[in-house]
Amino acid sequence: MVENRPFLNLLSHLVLIVGVVIVAFPVYVAIIASTRGPNDFMSGIIPLLPGPHTLENYREVLFAGVSTSGAPPIGPMMLNSLVMALTIAIGKIAISLLSAFAIVYFRFPFRQLAFWAIFITLMLPVEVRIVPTFKVVADLHLLDSYAGLSIPLIASATATFLFRQFFLTVPDELAEAARVDGAGPMKFFRDILLPLSRTNIAALFVILFIYGWNQYLWPLMITTKPEYYTIVMAIKRMADVADAIPRWNVVMATVVLAMLPPVLVVVLMQRLFVKGLIESEK
Amino acid sequence: MSAINIRNVRKSYGSVEVIHGVSIDIADGEFIVIVGPSGCGKSTLLRMVAGLETITSGEIEIGGRVVNRLEPRERDIAMVFQNYALYPHMTVYDNMAYGLKIAGLSKADIKTRVAKAAEMLQLTPYLDRKPRALSGGQRQRVAMGRALVRDPAAFLLDEPLSNLDAKLRVQMRLEIKQLQRSVGTTALYVTHDQVEAMTLADRLVVMHDGVAEQIDTPMAVYSRPATTYVAGFIGSPAMNMLPAESAGNRGLTLTNGAVVKPRGTRLPEAGRKVILGVRPEHLVLVAPGNADLELDVIAIETLGADTLAHGKLPGAANGDGDLVARLPGSVSVKPGDRLPLAIGPGMAHLFDAGTGARLEEVDLTVDAPTTRTRKKTAAEA
Repeated sequence: MVENRPFLNLLSHLVLIVGVVIVAFPVYVAIIASTRGPNDFMSGIIPLLPGPHTLENYREVLFAGVSTSGAPPIGPMMLNSLVMALTIAIGKIAISLLSAFAIVYFRFPFRQLAFWAIFITLMLPVEVRIVPTFKVVADLHLLDSYAGLSIPLIASATATFLFRQFFLTVPDELAEAARVDGAGPMKFFRDILLPLSRTNIAALFVILFIYGWNQYLWPLMITTKPEYYTIVMAIKRMADVADAIPRWNVVMATVVLAMLPPVLVVVLMQRLFVKGLIESEK
Repeated sequence: MSAINIRNVRKSYGSVEVIHGVSIDIADGEFIVIVGPSGCGKSTLLRMVAGLETITSGEIEIGGRVVNRLEPRERDIAMVFQNYALYPHMTVYDNMAYGLKIAGLSKADIKTRVAKAAEMLQLTPYLDRKPRALSGGQRQRVAMGRALVRDPAAFLLDEPLSNLDAKLRVQMRLEIKQLQRSVGTTALYVTHDQVEAMTLADRLVVMHDGVAEQIDTPMAVYSRPATTYVAGFIGSPAMNMLPAESAGNRGLTLTNGAVVKPRGTRLPEAGRKVILGVRPEHLVLVAPGNADLELDVIAIETLGADTLAHGKLPGAANGDGDLVARLPGSVSVKPGDRLPLAIGPGMAHLFDAGTGARLEEVDLTVDAPTTRTRKKTAAEA
């Protein structure tokens, strides 16, 4: 990077290219598969060039549904995933912002305890506490509902922690200047802290949206009605058919469609996202 | 615009008391500078006036109203912070208007006020810029402007110039002074820079270890420092402090045995231990026979207009009897020289060796010699 040596340049490019190929190849195969006929993947030789069945594959998953695996058309499932991912991302950000604000800017009894209690939950991912969580959600009659899909995943230590760290880097004088200017705590939060956190919020939104979108185990646990299935579950169900060969072309078409919203979010928010990750300007 | 009265204010963090009962009465429109080294409690005191720190005991009154339990916004004050604390995401205009918006002023009213302040501070062309697109001096002005538009009872300034380079600091110093004069608002200004303190203040508060050592006009603090601490803090290079013992009307015996009889200064009773303070600029190079004391030069600093001669009393132990003299730049001296020096008439300061407090004329029993002692002995001989 600093030295200008052709050999080093070549080497670093080589490493990068190999890395990209390793990561991108499966995605490429998935896209290719979604354009082929149903039997092309059974022959043992995986084709690497697009086939002629693109339109019919996508038409089938979008409008007809895959009857053999009991999957409905993926439109409503995409919508379910979208609702779930958005609720989780927005809910997490809202709650984390407020709790980080409380922890950083207010002196109240057991403040440190509150922080550590939140922090410790970092060590208990959803999978570890899934049985008690399920019990709670079931007792609250939240099974088969959007609330059940999203609320248990909203409480977030990671985001609280990130915002706490960010708030700590905001100079105290800003809060004091706002106090002297006559701004109450919530006014300070809204007028100064929120605008300053904008890039962090964007970065976190991207990460959390993908996190919510990719949830698999939790929706699988708490949904029994097809109208609440999410797209990631559907992929698993399609690939997991009994007494039949999985229709990989259709599965892969679903995969490609399921990939679109997160990609879209990343592309649209890319500039803010990168800024949020690298920028420390105050 | 209003007076500020600080009465016996104390501040403790837990069991540690950092401000030990400070009282200052600030008249309406006065410019008060609190000066002291870092950690002396000057910023804490200012922040207590602002309402950003609680007051452990004592009372602070702004405009005749006790404000101890009031929020900053209810105290009718404006503060300028060391790092300016401008809101980075707002334009200069919004930064200045923010407080007014919260106060519920009408849009038109805010506009005229901001425009007026911007005019005064020459910020009009920059109103649409964000703080990051401004230079240090301009940011400083915006911070001033934010205080100015509020038209508060008092300005509180916490080392507002310490982030600027030396040249800009001198310029902004003058601007702040003029600004304060023209709006006539009471100002409380904290700094550790004695030059800033001397030039800005109507009255100075010299703080040390949580105590206001002296509250007086800059000239009085310079010419009649109340303690050895103040004497050493104000003035550059610092005042020379020589431990001495009174020998009655023969003069003061220094640690190297020499006897000094400063002209125009009354002396304490014989046997009393004192500290003789003489500012470097009050030591005058004289003919050898007329000298009050002598200086063995160790190092020379040439400043152009002046030359600083660093050295010590002949025969003084290391670290004891160090002496600096500010000589005219035209004098040529070199290390190794022994300089005969006289103390300007009435320019000697005496402090109690134990407490460090200034010995006032009334406490001193031995009359000041009117003629030069050495001269007399020389004539007799």
